[in-house]
Amino acid sequence: MKLRGAEILLQCLQREGVDTIFGYPGGAVLPIYDALYNSNIRHILVRHEQGAVHAADAYARVTGKVGVCLSTSGPGATNLVTGIATANMDSIPIVCLTGQVGSSLIGRDAFQEADITGITLPITKHNYLLEKTEDIEQVIREAFYIARTNRPGPVVIDLPKDIMERVIDWTPADQEVNIRGYRVMKGFNYGQVITAVELIQNARKPVIYAGGGVIASNASEELRKLAESQKIPVTTTLMGMGSFPAAHYLSLGMLGMHGTRYANYAIGECDLLIAAGVRFDDRVTGKIETFAPHAKVIHIDIDAAEIGKNVAVDIPIVGDVGDVLQAINSRLAPLEENQRQEWLATIERWKDEYPLRYGTSAEGRIMPQHIIEKIYELTQGEAIITTEVGQNQMWAAQYYKFKHPRTFITSGGLGTMGFGLPAAVGAKIARPDMTVIDIAGDGSIQMNIQELGTAVQYKLPIIICILNNQYLGMVRQWQSLFYGGRYSHTDISVQPDFVKLAEAYGAVGIRVKDVQEVENALKTALQVTDRPVIIDFWVDREANVYPMVPPGGSLDNMLGGDC
Amino acid sequence: MTHTLSVTVENKPGVLTRVTTLFRRRGYNIESLAVGETENPGISRMTIVVEGDDRIIEQVTKQLYKLVEVIKIVDITGERAVERELVLIKVKADANVRADIVQIVDIFRARIVDIGRNSLIIEATGDSGKIDAIEDSLKPFGIIELVRTGKVAMVRGGAK
Repeated sequence: MKLRGAEILLQCLQREGVDTIFGYPGGAVLPIYDALYNSNIRHILVRHEQGAVHAADAYARVTGKVGVCLSTSGPGATNLVTGIATANMDSIPIVCLTGQVGSSLIGRDAFQEADITGITLPITKHNYLLEKTEDIEQVIREAFYIARTNRPGPVVIDLPKDIMERVIDWTPADQEVNIRGYRVMKGFNYGQVITAVELIQNARKPVIYAGGGVIASNASEELRKLAESQKIPVTTTLMGMGSFPAAHYLSLGMLGMHGTRYANYAIGECDLLIAAGVRFDDRVTGKIETFAPHAKVIHIDIDAAEIGKNVAVDIPIVGDVGDVLQAINSRLAPLEENQRQEWLATIERWKDEYPLRYGTSAEGRIMPQHIIEKIYELTQGEAIITTEVGQNQMWAAQYYKFKHPRTFITSGGLGTMGFGLPAAVGAKIARPDMTVIDIAGDGSIQMNIQELGTAVQYKLPIIICILNNQYLGMVRQWQSLFYGGRYSHTDISVQPDFVKLAEAYGAVGIRVKDVQEVENALKTALQVTDRPVIIDFWVDREANVYPMVPPGGSLDNMLGGDC
Repeated sequence: MTHTLSVTVENKPGVLTRVTTLFRRRGYNIESLAVGETENPGISRMTIVVEGDDRIIEQVTKQLYKLVEVIKIVDITGERAVERELVLIKVKADANVRADIVQIVDIFRARIVDIGRNSLIIEATGDSGKIDAIEDSLKPFGIIELVRTGKVAMVRGGAK
């Protein structure tokens, strides 16, 4: 069949199961947009390429499928960079299609030319510069295969314009992907599993430390089985939120810098740490030398390079977290009566003594934590929560009790401000049946506010809750605690009227200053079905996120939350 | 400790950048790097000499394996291997020292490959120790220019 490169591209995407692309047109991708004109693929027109890549990323996080975005060459492609780095840090499978100038112009500083394969080299799992029309099928197949297998990650494919224009005779070859230097991880070291089982059965004070890898491998059920059958408390990382129900009696909530006191104390006391799909990030471990000082460590991860990267482990198991947990579960003997009683009692005592708590506002304003609690109350853990980055993100993680995997969509590793709104767009497109709420700060929301236009165009009833303290709150918190209260350039009280802004876009705007109105405003927003809603909550200006482990400190040395 | 890694990679554009970028980004130090085609034109071999303790070398190896275009890595540091490096040394050589230089060249079984009015270019191959030694021996005469290829290596004996 005679087809243009761009048509072959779209057919190959459909053969990979792609039904939605987030994108923004431009000169170098005109052939692709022309082919999209009468294609079955749904194209979501964003307002900035960064919005496209974050939306594709969230689409992937919510569905577990590969997210796809499309941009033009040059500035279109460079606008994707932050989003690609975001996906890379959080191991999210996306394929980014970038336009490129014609092959004969590459390297001549042509109009809108940028070396995007060079630029994205250190922030992609792999990338391609397409060399000829005949390669399209193989490159697309490889790209999706690499993006979704083993430790997932972003793949960029740079598409020169002439290669997309050229007509060739093409029928799908449907060849198996076979890459010499890339093999999908199968199996694991069974001997290590047996050792792990022995350690678990003999441990007096075990803790499970679960991360994003549990969600990526859809291993929540196996995790729950392990925890429940052996009565092992579970703490999750920011990326692991939702992998284990936060309201479960064995849940310790989040650990680390803004973790719960009881999670951090449990890490300090445990004699066995079962680390599943985690990478011992500095925000989790604090001072690495004093992290889990009394524990033997079992580390399960699909990425061999994660083993021993930051800490020495006793039992490394390289493999799919779900497969390994299943193998462990199948070998574990039932727990003896009362075996963990003492340990669980200690943890209960910590939970009673040091619950997450917050004070009242000296200014009589709404406490931000209260808003998150209300959101939880009204949605019962059945919503998808996206966040921006900073205090809003930490309060969301602390006070929303996540019930299901793939419902907490946040930029964990890179910490990308401006992620939440485009992520909410991607999440809502992926799951129109679910309530989607972006928990935002007044700083972050202004970084990709233009995506409100996308949400209005596609009639997406997402709810944007701005916790408005007129500060870059997390930076202000650090300035308050560690820089003598010198609030250098963190006061952002000059800001748009977010209600008018919402209305200008054709969205609904609500302002809430009174704590009594919080619930009603949320209920009103939940009723809206055909457009986004911004709720501008005026919150306590100086509320801090507590507890807090000062940077580089030991986990048991926390500020706040002990009152 | 210095390790020698023999790395086979896809012979594709950009693969050298991928490898060197990884070393730079993760803060590992390359002492020398030699690249060339193998008996299979689709595959290149990189011989990378890298400084680091066992833990660092383990990380380097694991991170390299994550590059899609890296096919196989062998740490040949402890192996019985033939290791060779080639050096070209342009040394000051007026008439009254030439005989001395020729003697050194003979001792190291090196070769004179160019004769200028006041200089000689000497070519030597050998393991890194020998190359260091000839360099040291010629230094007193005045080295004008020197270029080393970096080490290439091959494990001795049976199939590898």
